[in-house]
Amino acid sequence: MTARLAADNLTLIRGERCLFEGLDFALNDGELLLLEGRNGCGKTSLMRAIAGMLSLETGQVLWNGVPVLKQRQTFHGELVWLAHRTGLKGDLNMVENLHFEESLRPQSGRDREAVYARLGIERLKRLPLRSLSAGQQRRVALARMLLADVPLWLMDEPFTNLDREGRKLVMELAEEHLAAGGLCVMAAHQDVEIGAPVTKIHMQ
Amino acid sequence: MSEHQPQQPGIFSGLWATARRDLLLAWKRPGDVLNPLFFFAMVCTLFPLAIGPSAEQLEFIGPGVLWVAALLSTLLSLNSLFLGDFEDGSLDQLLVSPQPLPVLALGKTLAHWLTSGLPLVLVSPILAMTYRMPGSVVPVMMLTLLLGTISLSLLGSIGAALTVGLHRGTALLSLLILPLAMPVLLLGANTVSLAAGNDIYTTGIWALGAYAVASLSLAPYATAAALRISNE
Repeated sequence: MTARLAADNLTLIRGERCLFEGLDFALNDGELLLLEGRNGCGKTSLMRAIAGMLSLETGQVLWNGVPVLKQRQTFHGELVWLAHRTGLKGDLNMVENLHFEESLRPQSGRDREAVYARLGIERLKRLPLRSLSAGQQRRVALARMLLADVPLWLMDEPFTNLDREGRKLVMELAEEHLAAGGLCVMAAHQDVEIGAPVTKIHMQ
Repeated sequence: MSEHQPQQPGIFSGLWATARRDLLLAWKRPGDVLNPLFFFAMVCTLFPLAIGPSAEQLEFIGPGVLWVAALLSTLLSLNSLFLGDFEDGSLDQLLVSPQPLPVLALGKTLAHWLTSGLPLVLVSPILAMTYRMPGSVVPVMMLTLLLGTISLSLLGSIGAALTVGLHRGTALLSLLILPLAMPVLLLGANTVSLAAGNDIYTTGIWALGAYAVASLSLAPYATAAALRISNE
């Protein structure tokens, strides 16, 4: 059986530095891939490579056994990416930002108000994002993730700027997503405890 | 989860969503829209002041000055086309969206034209008055500017996409775009001059139209490819 998400012999060289070489992994429904390593070791680059945004020196990333670069649009319809920069517009408010996202990606049809309430952002709907704190903005980015109907979550340092409850909430959400048969790739430089099968990649 | 096929939003929903969002952003930050427009108006009004009020001279240079000012003001506004999205990470989000990238790029270019090209066309008759342009020539000038700014926005989006990762890419952007923009400038300015001299000018209009159609069909793909390259 082919893995849902697999990498085959990935090598990436940036400038003079080899960020990773001969990297393999395979990930199936309900599994978490954890990328560990210090700052600047190439976690984000690997994540961009998985998303099909970087050209690799060797190797390829496969989704359902097909290289992602050959089915970019299909693959992108099945993932959502929580990046380091949130990708939300500071001049627009939360609803306008999320409304834009709705027009691009299939939506899960979850009750929006319930999602907002769970993330603790239900009172911030009419404020421009610029006036929110960094942690609140990250919660809006999480709302985008929850409202999308996709199996694969790419989470790059999801705990940045979040308070203790926020970090706990992220873990709960990831756990629920995995329990429902989703996949998750997470880059983190802190310990992650989760009740799901975890594959770890420690990057040098 | 693999059997379940979620409903994908259609192509046009991506196009309208990007255009709508950029228009909304422009509405919330009107300065970005007004700056190039002020530049256009300023250049056009300063020429008569510097050259003097000789009607003959003004009529002669009018079409050229209006067109050069329009070209420069478009170049000025192009730099910011993808820059904001690049800085806050929404460009990355567009790159991993399931919508075809050329369509999203076209949506952004459409919003750019509506906020920079179209206002320029609309104020041009007022500025044409300072050059004593005959009333019969004004519609011709507006039509050339309309078709010309469409081409300029589209061609400019390629340059903006190529230079988005570079800091201070404005000079490079202008250099990249100018060769492609030259035909638009020559056709535009000469068509208006011909119309002012009561000559046959329709060829110029057709040529500008053809240029706009060619840009419309090719530029979005080039822009999408450029965006992928500059975001590696």
